[in-house]
Amino acid sequence: MRRSDILKNKYLLIGLFMTGLGLLLGIVGLFWTPYDPAGMSAAERFAAPSLHHLFGTDNFGRDIFSRVMKGLSVTILIGMLVVLFSSVMGILLGALTGYFGGILDEIVMRITDALNGFPSILLALVLISIFGNGRQNVILALGLVFIPSYVRIVRSEFIRLRDADFIRRARLMGVGKLRILFVHILPNVFSVFWVSVMIGFNNAILAESGMSYLGIGVQPPDASLGKMLSDAQGYLQGAPWYALSAGLAIVWVVLGFALLSEGIQRMNKA
Amino acid sequence: MKYVVKKFITLIMTLFLVSVAAFLAFQIIPGDVVTSIVGMEAPPERAEQLREELGLNDPPLVRYVKWASGVIRGDFGRSYRYAKNMNEMMPVKELIGDKLPVTLWLAALSFVLIVLVSIPLGVVWARAGNRYLDAALNCLTQISMAVPSFFLGVLVTYLFGIILKLFAPGGYVSYRDDFGKFIGYLLFPALSVAIPKIAMTARFLRNSLLTEMQSDYVRTAYSKGCTKRRVMYGHVLRNALMPVVTFLGMIIAEIVAGSIVVEQVFGLPGIGRLLISSINTRDFPVVEILILYITFVVIVVYFLVDILYRVIDPRISEK
Repeated sequence: MRRSDILKNKYLLIGLFMTGLGLLLGIVGLFWTPYDPAGMSAAERFAAPSLHHLFGTDNFGRDIFSRVMKGLSVTILIGMLVVLFSSVMGILLGALTGYFGGILDEIVMRITDALNGFPSILLALVLISIFGNGRQNVILALGLVFIPSYVRIVRSEFIRLRDADFIRRARLMGVGKLRILFVHILPNVFSVFWVSVMIGFNNAILAESGMSYLGIGVQPPDASLGKMLSDAQGYLQGAPWYALSAGLAIVWVVLGFALLSEGIQRMNKA
Repeated sequence: MKYVVKKFITLIMTLFLVSVAAFLAFQIIPGDVVTSIVGMEAPPERAEQLREELGLNDPPLVRYVKWASGVIRGDFGRSYRYAKNMNEMMPVKELIGDKLPVTLWLAALSFVLIVLVSIPLGVVWARAGNRYLDAALNCLTQISMAVPSFFLGVLVTYLFGIILKLFAPGGYVSYRDDFGKFIGYLLFPALSVAIPKIAMTARFLRNSLLTEMQSDYVRTAYSKGCTKRRVMYGHVLRNALMPVVTFLGMIIAEIVAGSIVVEQVFGLPGIGRLLISSINTRDFPVVEILILYITFVVIVVYFLVDILYRVIDPRISEK
């Protein structure tokens, strides 16, 4: 990989920049924000964006920029945990079903087939109605919902590789099953797996903000971009910057990550 | 034909499994339904009476059979929350009845928009010799795909409703009162559902067209003396549309889900709002029926797409 190739890859560059800035704001937002995100100020209600308040203030006079930072950190964190949970489960299930096949494979595939057609956000809503509201439950619900998409990919890769020559040879040499699964096959799956993890991260963020927008996701006092957007909608006429900053923050992260993954895919192809 | 029958049996099986799952899921939830209806202070006799009325004293299997046979006969049970009058609970059927058309029309309208816009867009894009047009479309679709439909709804409200004043936000007209105005209002939520999908479909069609244009038969057609136009519309487009049909079928579920979310943005009284409020108030009979219904729609659409695909492309059934 030459340096000029990387510099020519606009997807990668723009994606890196957008994702980097989003992540940075989110991480800084965990520890520090310019104003107290919950600090109300009656005198400064609905202040338009200015140098003091980059994104303006909301109906309670709270600084929107600080709230967006907090929201970003919650949203990104949830997205990461969801991806972590569902991809680890996906790898486990996909590896076992793909390598061994049999009755477990049959059951898992029937379930993933049935879930495949069902809209993911609705499934998450249903799970939430069973588990109850709150941050952990959102992560759990979305994590469960996204497992099938990973199982599918990992399984098909394991089926492709289970009779490859190098695996047969390893088996012949008496390598244990677990070692074959996770040391010999798994590393070969990552290049394909990586793409779906990146898509999954975006889907998780979109689903989480959608749920929070509907009031069934993250609950106050946890900040969430989706919840902010639904609060802001009522003030669209007088204070459009409120809704725009919450919504654009979501778009920023999702777009940045989409560009980044597109850039990485192009880089791998080249 | 054999294939259709086999597919049909799978369809029934899936519906059965979903109904069992939907029913069981709400049985394991902690918390007593009856207490939450009559309140903590209600006399135990009243609670017991209600429990008997709702059939909650029966074992789960009996209740499932009662519920499922009811659903098949068109009796969808009764809502825990909505009352028809003082002593009668609202039948779920009546609750859903006038909300269903709103969601279905919204989803249908979005689908029509997607097909009408994305196919010409994809063709124009694939034919675009102009670098700048190509880059502009690439950029535009890439951004559209990153905007969640509910934020798009807010943007549409702001742009078309508040700035351009093309419609009155919140000024929903029931389809019973004035169907023309109903569709006129629905156009904007439908746009919000459709835009990201239009971007996806157009990209998909463009790639499909570009791949198809490399085929041998295209070269043959040119060498026979076909015009560019004839090669495009007579040969390439037909073949390139095949995977797009599958793709469109596959996003039906997402269109329905999108409609349900976007209903909230535009204050449409469809089943989406009912689902959300039923989840919030733990009105399980309503949630169960809605889940079953949505799954039913999605699975039937998949089934139809599958059949349709075999009709337009006979090569598949030969394999």
